[in-house]
Amino acid sequence: MAESAWRDGVRRARAVAWKDLVTERRTKANFASVVSLATLMLLLFGFALGPDAAALRAAAAGVLWLTVIFSGTLAFNRSYQLELEDGAIEQLLLYPGDRGAIFLGKLAANLVFVLSMEAAVIPVAAVLYHISPPPAWPMLLAVLLLGTFGFVTLGTFYAVMASRVRSREVVLPLLLFPMLVPVLIAAAEATVALLNGNLMGDAGAWLRLLVVFDVIFFVAAVLAFPYVVEM
Amino acid sequence: MQAPAVELNAVAHRFGRRWALRGVSLRVAAGEALAVMGHNGSGKSTLLRVVATLLRPTRGAGSVFGHDLVGDAGAVRAAVGLLGHAPGLYDDLTAVENLAFAARMLGRPGDRGALLAALEATGLPPDVAAGERARSLSSGMRRRVALARTLLQRPRLLLLDEPYNSFDAAGVALVNELVGETRARGGAALLVTHELGRAEGVCDRIAELEGGLLRAPSDAGEAAPPAARRARLAGGGRG
Repeated sequence: MAESAWRDGVRRARAVAWKDLVTERRTKANFASVVSLATLMLLLFGFALGPDAAALRAAAAGVLWLTVIFSGTLAFNRSYQLELEDGAIEQLLLYPGDRGAIFLGKLAANLVFVLSMEAAVIPVAAVLYHISPPPAWPMLLAVLLLGTFGFVTLGTFYAVMASRVRSREVVLPLLLFPMLVPVLIAAAEATVALLNGNLMGDAGAWLRLLVVFDVIFFVAAVLAFPYVVEM
Repeated sequence: MQAPAVELNAVAHRFGRRWALRGVSLRVAAGEALAVMGHNGSGKSTLLRVVATLLRPTRGAGSVFGHDLVGDAGAVRAAVGLLGHAPGLYDDLTAVENLAFAARMLGRPGDRGALLAALEATGLPPDVAAGERARSLSSGMRRRVALARTLLQRPRLLLLDEPYNSFDAAGVALVNELVGETRARGGAALLVTHELGRAEGVCDRIAELEGGLLRAPSDAGEAAPPAARRARLAGGGRG
């Protein structure tokens, strides 16, 4: 019984993710504009920091995470916008089964979106900010994945709340950014530690903290989503 | 004894400070179809959305086939199918992809041939259904895709919100066939419309909502408003 409900939830989550990703692939406009914005932000931060390579390298981790957060937030609004355009949200909420599956599907689609965006902008950041891959690059990859997961979990959750108000583009950052502080600090500090070659000390501690934040935010969002999404 | 398809006891719903429903009580038996009429803003759509569990009653209680609207909302959702004002389609998916998504969410088999056949049954040509994105379909065609989705679902309780909007005579016949088929297999239909002439043939009873209150008694035979009122209502809009 529980296994069947679990399988049913996975099937529905995959359906939601498939639908969101196909829509995104067909329109492309959202991805292109988000990547353009991210690139522009990297350039502007670079101009503000000046030409000193050491200063750019020192600021790289923070700049990269802020760029991902500011640009990625645009994707979350779009994720629910397409549910509101033709009243599709009513049908979506009427399908039987746990509504947590809708959240998981949206989370998966947003995760693919933001990771794709990062894949496009990280090489740009590496060039602009004079970053070379550290020896512990798999650990850096883990930090990127965990930080992105925490960010996307919170973004997907708060976007559904913001989708109910007219000025959702403003409301979402107001709700989301304060909640992102722990993830941002842990992800940025872990990235700095890894780029500086500090593997077993600071990096490990920040990485563990990131895992804890991700688990807490994910469980809380999955449990709360069915109540938040009610009309 | 079978539980009624819909049972509402003094159901009220408030949007902010405005009461959309002010204590509606009604009963729709299995195998029955009830049409609810009313002017714009009378609470018709709110009534359907409360029965569909999309809105929680602010006061009162209700059930669908014995399942409580609040306490057992999941079971209610498994029993109802809603054909709303808006078709609820994803503009960048084709009609058949929209239906495939619905099939996956409903846990129905969703092979392409069967989905195309379902769309063809509603009068949508296969080349249009498979080749064009929903955004390029006319409003009548979009409604047909929504109708195909409801056919795919085969709900026990049909909730129809202005179901004849954007439909030609063939579309109206399809809606009425769907109501008849649902009733024939022991289901029920609750239909809100201002086009009484089109619904009269398939509904057993007609009730009237006015200012969030059900004016006509809900007992069979007494619910139909007088002909003069029906004529006046036929000119009204959606609720």
